[in-house]
Amino acid sequence: MKKLESPDELVKFRKSLESKYRSDKIRVLICTTGCRALGAEEVFKAFKAEIKKLSLEDKVEIVDTGCQGLCARAPVLTIEPMGIFYGRVTEADVTEIVSRTILKGEVIERLCYTDAGKRIPYVRDIPFYSKQEKIVLRNCGEIDPKNIHEYIVRDGYAALSKVLSDMTPDDVILEMKNSGLRGRGGAGFPTGNKWEFVKKAAGDIKYIICNGDEGDPGAFMDRAVLEGDPHTVIEGMLIGAYAIGARKGIIYVRAEYPIAVEHLKIAIEQAKTLGLLGENILGFQFSFDLEIKMGAGAFVCGEETALIASIEGKRGMPRPRPPFPATNGLWGKPTNINNVETFANVPVIILKGSEFYKAIGTETSKGTKIFALAGNVKNTGLVEVPMGTTLREIVFDIGGGIPGRKKFKAAQMGGPSGGCVPAQHLDLSIDYETVKEVGAIMGSGGLIVMDDSASMVEIARYFMEFCQDESCGKCVPCRIGTKRMLDILTRITKGEGKKEDIDLLRELAEVTKTASLCGLGQTAANPVLSTIRYYINEYEELINKKSFQTSPQQSSVQQP
Amino acid sequence: MQKNVTLNKESSPSVDLAQCRSILSNYSSVTHADLIPILQLIQDAYGYLPQDVLIEISAKTRIPLSKIYGVVTFYSQFYLEPRGKYTIKVCTGTACHIKGAPEIKKKISDVLQIQEGETTPDYKFTYTPVACLGTCFLAPVMMIDGRYYGKLTVEKTEAILKGY
Repeated sequence: MKKLESPDELVKFRKSLESKYRSDKIRVLICTTGCRALGAEEVFKAFKAEIKKLSLEDKVEIVDTGCQGLCARAPVLTIEPMGIFYGRVTEADVTEIVSRTILKGEVIERLCYTDAGKRIPYVRDIPFYSKQEKIVLRNCGEIDPKNIHEYIVRDGYAALSKVLSDMTPDDVILEMKNSGLRGRGGAGFPTGNKWEFVKKAAGDIKYIICNGDEGDPGAFMDRAVLEGDPHTVIEGMLIGAYAIGARKGIIYVRAEYPIAVEHLKIAIEQAKTLGLLGENILGFQFSFDLEIKMGAGAFVCGEETALIASIEGKRGMPRPRPPFPATNGLWGKPTNINNVETFANVPVIILKGSEFYKAIGTETSKGTKIFALAGNVKNTGLVEVPMGTTLREIVFDIGGGIPGRKKFKAAQMGGPSGGCVPAQHLDLSIDYETVKEVGAIMGSGGLIVMDDSASMVEIARYFMEFCQDESCGKCVPCRIGTKRMLDILTRITKGEGKKEDIDLLRELAEVTKTASLCGLGQTAANPVLSTIRYYINEYEELINKKSFQTSPQQSSVQQP
Repeated sequence: MQKNVTLNKESSPSVDLAQCRSILSNYSSVTHADLIPILQLIQDAYGYLPQDVLIEISAKTRIPLSKIYGVVTFYSQFYLEPRGKYTIKVCTGTACHIKGAPEIKKKISDVLQIQEGETTPDYKFTYTPVACLGTCFLAPVMMIDGRYYGKLTVEKTEAILKGY
């Protein structure tokens, strides 16, 4: 493949690909990332073999994709252009799918999604999909992430081309500011403003970092984006690099995500071959290099200064800010750090414009948000909805409600930094501000549904154990505060609680929150405070009755 | 997150440094930023980080051994002890926790007669809980080497372990 030397060449190249991809071919899209755990690779191989056996290669294409969202039905596949969705597919089903569905257009009922006893064969009719709005996940599960051509044919790198041809770095920053995009890593800082700080910072060498250190238990959206559509993250980083004036970027990924690392490596290689990474991109003066760094297993490295320390080869401990990484980051140079999902929004904003983007969402929170829906809910999986969607819509309409005739008790949002949202707030419109008001945080977007069998004190203890274990120990409030809170919570769940414990927990929580050095400590008390706020009766009951039996062995949490 | 560090020569088995030297020879000059990637490569080769290897890395890179130990003991990915033939990773993420991970963990301990983080005396299994495997739809789930076992029950867990 020869390098693309100008925006025109990219357009021509896309056109040449279109004839290949917009043919009448039937495409069988099989998730081989998350669904791998339940045998998706075997299903993929069986399809390939069957198509070859019947010499159908000209008519049928078998594509291994990233996550298609509805993980509860894994392994899943979609057959295009009909839009038929099958779940829990095994190797044994493959011959029948080819002979009946692909060759005759018949629907195989037993593989269809069911809703209240009714079988729904088409993707567009399944409530799980029809109530979502996909911006970040627009390609995820629909393209082969290992093939840059599939990304390019879906307008891939068109945003980069537009930025380089028609926009100054200031135009890009203005567009980002107008769009209202806020950081999807959790804190929600306006992305355009962050870029502006780094652009204005003094210095010739600047860095741009993608934070893919998704350490929250119960969150897997960054993993899905990196695995299912790595080029969109790379393109977002390229646009960011152009805006702030960086020549070098680093993607920091959890080592526990081997498929994400593999797909990123392939994507970077392919982008380099086409001249979309490296020197004089698309023939412009702009040059940019990208490398992958693997994390080594430390939750605190999600915090930006700790992440920088880790890239520098040190223990991943945070340092006080200011100075912020925007002026004093990697190797002391101005550095911009954004999360995976944030970067994945960028190409869409550039291509469709900030006005389009701004129209989605609420007054203060624009665009969509991906949630990793898990726990006691029927349709576990990956969900992308406009900001402002209610919790009820996510849990009941998209998630299909609580299985086993149980009742909704709480939704735990934002992982160990978040909180529990009780049933009375089910109609809460989810955006950064309202979620914070009720004591949780958006966080990275983990959303764990709990039914009425969950003990909220135990949940608080569980998260505190995680935070205590993952505290780097540098600052005293976090190191000792989390330890003390864990001791008290453990005591209460063992039935050895004292009357004064609740007040003591509140006091410790406030101090840890106020005095800790970084986000880990500042938010570690959230699960405690939110459970005390909404479920104080459970604390009191345990303390008064002293009869609660916790699980036989106290669990402990460690990173691999 | 803390690990016990023993700097006792006699307790560490002697290792062949050839692989370590060959990995280090790919670096003409080593900066501090290369330390974690080097440790990752070397652990891939040896299965853990033997003491002699760390001493060798320190000598070649001129990074003080204390600094190297500081990094190794900070990150949970690095191991200072030899590992079993199979590594059992039990997910302790929130979804798994509320769906019964604590009982699964107890069962593994009972069957293998070891605690979390330990290796069986015959070096067949190493057992470690992990924060999240990112496969919440399989909860509760464990992973033995590359293979996932989802929707576990106590009985299923025992049967799986005995099948190895």
